[in-house]
Amino acid sequence: MTWEIVIGLEVHAQLSTSSKIFCGASTAFGAEPNTQADAVSLALPGVLPVLNKGAVERAIKFGLATGAHIAPRSVFARKNYFYPDLPKGYQISQFDLPVVGNGQITIQVGDKEKVVRITRAHLEEDAGKSLHEDFHGMTGIDLNRAGTPLLEIVSEPDMRSAAEAVAYAKTLHTLVRWIGICDGNMQEGSFRCDANVSVRRPGAPLGTRREIKNLNSFRFLEQAIDYEVHWQIDTLENGGTIQQATVLFDPDKGETRMMRTKEEAHDYRYFPDPDLLPLNISEEWKEQVRATLPELPQAKQARYVANYALSPSDAGALTASREMADFFEGSVKSLLSQGIGTLTSSAIPSAEAYAAQVCNWVTGEVSAQLNREGLDIAQCPIKPEQLGDILKRITDGTISNSGAKEVFRTMWAEGGDADAIIEAKDLKQNSDAGAIEALVDEIIAANAEKVAEYRSGKDKLFGFFVGLAMKASKGKANPAQLNDILKRKLNG
Amino acid sequence: MFNSTLRQLGAALRAKEISSVELTQLYLNRIARLNPALNAYITLDAEKSLAQARAADERLADGDASDLTGIPIAQKDIFCAKGWLTTCGSKMLHNFVSPYDAHVIARFNDAGAVNLGKTNMDEFAMGSSNETSHYGAVKNPWDTARVPGGSSGGTAAAVAARLCAAATGTDTGGSIRQPAALCGISGLKPTYGVVSRYGMIAFASSLDQAGPMGRSAEDLALLLNTMAGFDERDSTSLQRDKEDYARDLNKPLNGLRIGLPQEFFAAGLGSDVAQAVEAAIAEYKKLGAVIVDISLPNSRLSVPVYYVLAPAEASSNLSRFDGVRYGYRAPDYTDLTDMYEKSRAQGFGAEVKRRIMIGTYVLSHGYYDAYYLQAQKIRRLIAQDFTEAFRQCDVIMGPTAPSTAFKLGEKGDDPVQMYLSDIYTIAVNLAGLPGMSIPCGFGANNMPVGLQIIGNYFGEARMLNAAHQYQLATDWHSRAPQGL
Repeated sequence: MTWEIVIGLEVHAQLSTSSKIFCGASTAFGAEPNTQADAVSLALPGVLPVLNKGAVERAIKFGLATGAHIAPRSVFARKNYFYPDLPKGYQISQFDLPVVGNGQITIQVGDKEKVVRITRAHLEEDAGKSLHEDFHGMTGIDLNRAGTPLLEIVSEPDMRSAAEAVAYAKTLHTLVRWIGICDGNMQEGSFRCDANVSVRRPGAPLGTRREIKNLNSFRFLEQAIDYEVHWQIDTLENGGTIQQATVLFDPDKGETRMMRTKEEAHDYRYFPDPDLLPLNISEEWKEQVRATLPELPQAKQARYVANYALSPSDAGALTASREMADFFEGSVKSLLSQGIGTLTSSAIPSAEAYAAQVCNWVTGEVSAQLNREGLDIAQCPIKPEQLGDILKRITDGTISNSGAKEVFRTMWAEGGDADAIIEAKDLKQNSDAGAIEALVDEIIAANAEKVAEYRSGKDKLFGFFVGLAMKASKGKANPAQLNDILKRKLNG
Repeated sequence: MFNSTLRQLGAALRAKEISSVELTQLYLNRIARLNPALNAYITLDAEKSLAQARAADERLADGDASDLTGIPIAQKDIFCAKGWLTTCGSKMLHNFVSPYDAHVIARFNDAGAVNLGKTNMDEFAMGSSNETSHYGAVKNPWDTARVPGGSSGGTAAAVAARLCAAATGTDTGGSIRQPAALCGISGLKPTYGVVSRYGMIAFASSLDQAGPMGRSAEDLALLLNTMAGFDERDSTSLQRDKEDYARDLNKPLNGLRIGLPQEFFAAGLGSDVAQAVEAAIAEYKKLGAVIVDISLPNSRLSVPVYYVLAPAEASSNLSRFDGVRYGYRAPDYTDLTDMYEKSRAQGFGAEVKRRIMIGTYVLSHGYYDAYYLQAQKIRRLIAQDFTEAFRQCDVIMGPTAPSTAFKLGEKGDDPVQMYLSDIYTIAVNLAGLPGMSIPCGFGANNMPVGLQIIGNYFGEARMLNAAHQYQLATDWHSRAPQGL
């Protein structure tokens, strides 16, 4: 008998405002402890919260990007519990009336698409940090992070495998960066996942869930869910039962371990925060924010497939981030605007042809080099227009594909202009049909024996003749032309 | 000089009949003489006060003076004042020197007023007798065996005993009006949102409101002009055009419709208080006012509603006092939980703990709907009663408190009896309305009686007009306690 895995995710996305959600202190990462803790962050007696409009706008953006309901009126509530890095003794969050409700996103797992429903997304403040090392048995408190704005995004339990959960988390990660509401930096904790995991027999009611807290990489998310699923199935198959609980994932051991059971859960005593008015979002405000939304990844993918005839998987790769899509579109646009004809025809190649060429380079050479150097596309030393400059010299026959790669490598390392590199490195290929014919004639004359073998059916020798011809041309013969001429003469 | 109005003091300062330093020193001397018997102040800092007085004298010399420049004002110890010990009447903040100014303090500083000292109060403003202060009870200047009321009891006693020209208070359920009544002075709680709560240590955020306390309605108008105004640091502060609260003081009261709620004159009201209040109403009739009988049927529920909502908010507001970052921390503890428990057990007094426990209980899972949510619903009904009443009248009048000042220790063992001393004032906070108390005579034991005036939303100027006209016709407000 099989088991069905049921997963829902809660993601905390840190919103990219420069100041905190309820005060003017900076949210910059990495400052000396407590240098970004003002009177409000410290919860001094008498201070009051004032809502940061930028955080609300980012929540609205997210709601609009996921086709969600933006609540015209939502309410901030206090979640009460004691912890040293929670300076007020309560966290300001949203409880029964969140700002965003009922959205959805589409994820791609293999070649299958799936819609994951988003239950809600609400605004809240982050806590500070407790530092247990370096204080000789005592605990240090850093309140720089206290009050940093978070959007907690809660999905329905719609995922059925760790792979789906990871695909959802990655899609969400791309989306929040795409619409510019979160920098997505997982190492700095800007994007953290909690996974609610349960198993059941197909068709049975939902099983009891355990919540895995604070997963800060996609790899840990996958490992933790896999471990948890196996543990739950083993437990059930051995006649045990699952207790609702919160667990932590230990990446060193690859195990989850119990943090607290439902009985030990806090009673947070939520109630509406009397220091803050209900958050009212007018249609007008919503529309103003909508006007700032960029074209979303899915719309872009559809457009690439429809207008450029790219495959869905290429379109997906090119929209892995907004910077990637901008790079791709920048190169295509630069090629199109220059209107370069090909060697054999003055007709300008179609947008499809350019797009296919740029796509090959962006997903091939450019991505490979970025990976090698651990850079992301925004840090690419070659700008989209510069790539266009290289590609147009392939199109017009000035350089070969391998010549282009050399230009690319040089430009990457040293910068510079494509044409100047071609000149300096003497990479111009020989596209003079007469000269290539003469060269081919000489080779055929000097290798009569091999020619005979070839003509008697030894096709593999073709490469041998290409090699000789290239060598004779000092590598500069236009390869496509050379092939054509060789083939014609050898077969002639 | 100690009986001068704020306008008279301002004129004397501008005319250089007296300097602010001289005036401040006079008050400091009087405080040194009389405060030990009254315990009205928690913190005095002559050096700081005199430095402000010197700065005020420079402003006066430059001709750059406002109505309050150079005038010594006492501040309730609930307001954070930069460089001043700010205790809120609690051991929990026995060592807390505020690094910033509350909005109210900043407004007085900008006006050039002199901060004369921080006045005593019930711990975290929880109390109606000033007996819950960690710094000792305040004595009523009219009879030092009696309480001054609370929680702004230190302020009320200081004003009554002429230990300051005027002062500030805060009112969550009657904490300005009730002590004003018990000490024979005038006090005003503005409409919720008129005075910023920034820097005022929170008790129950949806009810707390700061206001002026002084010897006359005219003085209150001047003080409120300084205190009121929008502050972007308080999200519940109201964005309204600036108004002059003194603008209507001299309007005649012809045709003023005074609503008398039948519920405020029922069982539980002391007959001596009733007599004084009825005499005041008779005086208003002479001044041309018309009496309208009204009813506030849900007001009988205001005490129980208040003792659900105020403790609920307080239980959360007081969570920040955990001994981690500032304030009192127990000297010995074994671990984090122990540190929390001991610091809070030792730092808070009994009444504060009682309210934290009540508040925690009513917000708990399973009890929230029955208590907190139900109380919020009734709160709306109480507010609707007032809205209904104000269709028939311009102001509402009645007693401020059911009795005159009671004896120290008299109600200490019975919190419900203590809570009932705010029975006429609490509904006003629940509705967010403005209310004030002015002296209107004396009760059986020669203790002052307060007349409560309740206005419609933003009706401060009209209330002050009604109070001022009464004070022109009577002299209860200018009586001073004898034998100090």
